[in-house]
Amino acid sequence: MKRLATLTYLLLSACLALAGTALAADTVKIGACLSMTGANAPYGQNAQKGLELALSARPTVLGKKVEVAVADNKSDKVEAVNATNRLIQRDQVAAIIGPLSSSNSLAAGPVAEAAGLPLISPWATNPLVTQDKKFIFRVCFVDPFQGQVGANYAFHNLKAKTAAVMVDIAQDYCVGIASFFERAFKQLGGQVLIKTSYSSGDQDFSAQLGAIKAKNPDIIYVPAYFTEGALIARQARELGLKQPMLGGDASQADELIKIGGAAVEGLAFTTHFDENGVTTEAGKKFVAAYRAKYNEAPDSCSALTYDAYNALLDAMEKTKSTQAKALVPALEQTRNFPGVTGVLSIVDHNAVKPAVILQVKDGKFAYVATVKP
Amino acid sequence: MDALQQLINGLTLGSLYALIAIGYTMVYGILRLINFAHGDVLMVGCYLAWFASAQFGLPWWVSLAGSMALTAALGMLIDLGAYRPLRSAPRISALITAIGVSFFLENLGLVIFGGRPKAFARPEIFNELYHWGGLRVLSLSVWVPLITALILAVLLYVLYRTRLGMAMRALSRDLVTVRLMGIDTDRVVAATFAIGSALAAAGGIFWAMKYPQINPLMGIMPGLKAFVAAVLGGIGNVVGAMLGGLLLGLAEILLVAWMPELAGYRDALAFVLLIAFLIFRPQGLLGEKTT
Repeated sequence: MKRLATLTYLLLSACLALAGTALAADTVKIGACLSMTGANAPYGQNAQKGLELALSARPTVLGKKVEVAVADNKSDKVEAVNATNRLIQRDQVAAIIGPLSSSNSLAAGPVAEAAGLPLISPWATNPLVTQDKKFIFRVCFVDPFQGQVGANYAFHNLKAKTAAVMVDIAQDYCVGIASFFERAFKQLGGQVLIKTSYSSGDQDFSAQLGAIKAKNPDIIYVPAYFTEGALIARQARELGLKQPMLGGDASQADELIKIGGAAVEGLAFTTHFDENGVTTEAGKKFVAAYRAKYNEAPDSCSALTYDAYNALLDAMEKTKSTQAKALVPALEQTRNFPGVTGVLSIVDHNAVKPAVILQVKDGKFAYVATVKP
Repeated sequence: MDALQQLINGLTLGSLYALIAIGYTMVYGILRLINFAHGDVLMVGCYLAWFASAQFGLPWWVSLAGSMALTAALGMLIDLGAYRPLRSAPRISALITAIGVSFFLENLGLVIFGGRPKAFARPEIFNELYHWGGLRVLSLSVWVPLITALILAVLLYVLYRTRLGMAMRALSRDLVTVRLMGIDTDRVVAATFAIGSALAAAGGIFWAMKYPQINPLMGIMPGLKAFVAAVLGGIGNVVGAMLGGLLLGLAEILLVAWMPELAGYRDALAFVLLIAFLIFRPQGLLGEKTT
């Protein structure tokens, strides 16, 4: 009986393997591990829009049809691991785009690493995501750079000498960028008067803001995700804090303005992309196509995911292969790639590229400046 | 002055916890069922109110009343579909079913409403900012304790001065005997769920006015915190739930105010308090000692 079972199993797996190769012959499958639901849903849903646009603009590679399998990581670290496993084992993808957030990318990274599959995060900026990893890449800049840009803006443009920093200790992104900002701000001669923490999903920040109010800093640095960022801004204004607020790239979601309302007016932040700061031909085409298809302005997540898709397909075309051992060196040698988010080079698995500063003005994100690395 | 402001912040948060905990504890007190779906019923209530006011432009009090009525119906429906078939099953089965209902509502919410949070408008009357000396108080923060106290008074009246309340209290002692006395226990239980769910909707809507965003998973944390508050006060005791809520809110705010570096552990504080109470005073502040 047991032998029969083994035999059936062998036969079945042989059939499956055959079916797998037959399928692989005419399509190239790419996995996308995105936060389609949960706290980071706006980022994930926009990223998917960017991905769809990229797919319709470039539906084939090496003469084969590209197929994208999207797995929802529910904005959760454990689910990010599950979704990545599902993409690798069930969908048998050639490479993975995503996850977006640093925490989820740090969770999914080792899975891809163990399977020996290239993973490109569009949006994870924490330096640890790619550190000592062979198969993990990103098409965005890293937080030591973003924190520096934020500190420069605070010190030189906002003329701030003192700052308060609020950190979401449940997000690797926030912990990282806050400490890089702090370091850069101190180097410039600024002073961080108080550093308070909270944790993702918190809704009441009155205690932290009360402590900040007592110190009366020149600015408040809040590199928060949009939900917390909007609630912090509202409660800060209600408590009578009038200081300018400065954030990071996670501030860029329409919901920040919808939830924050008048309280987020004037909030500035560093980010990756804005349609008014486009520097490349590809970027102009992307903005036009995105607006035509979705009737809204593209954000950073959609643009970066678009770039991740094209960088991956470029590597496939250059090496005429979809195998990881060919793709990894090709991705490592990406230089002066004309992305929609700017011309970028991948150095040590991280992209070196300009940052954009945006500010909320009249209920919209307004372009302020582009900062070169 | 700062300490006073923090005290006010703590009372605001505490009375929101209390408002949610009252419904939680009432259902427990009568049915001995920890209704883990309470937080998710709260979420549904918020979305109903959001549809009423943001989509149909109804005034806030109409959407509050409408949402409470519909959520009450939802509560009865949940009881009918999920809990009634298990009335004579061991208590643990009903508890597990409650967790199932909770997951069902969360995921249904994700499918129907989508994962992106929605902005919840705060009505003008609750949006005024009072300046008292150096203190700044939102009018909502003044209204919520008053509304909580009012709801508590109405609930106590229903429980101790009406026939329905008498039936509820009797039922909490011994369901089988009450049924033998000729009381339609299913109707009393349905009424309990209706009231509990309507209170969840009210609590959720005021929560959403204070923290103006709603999403399908928004009920989880307030639900858990309200559970902790209910246990602190003595689960099953509605006055205790009010006290427990205020205590928890104050404890959370004061922890962060005095020790800002520990702010990230504020949820942990709530659950450490829960564990401490379960070990040293399992009957809570006002609960009766059971043997």
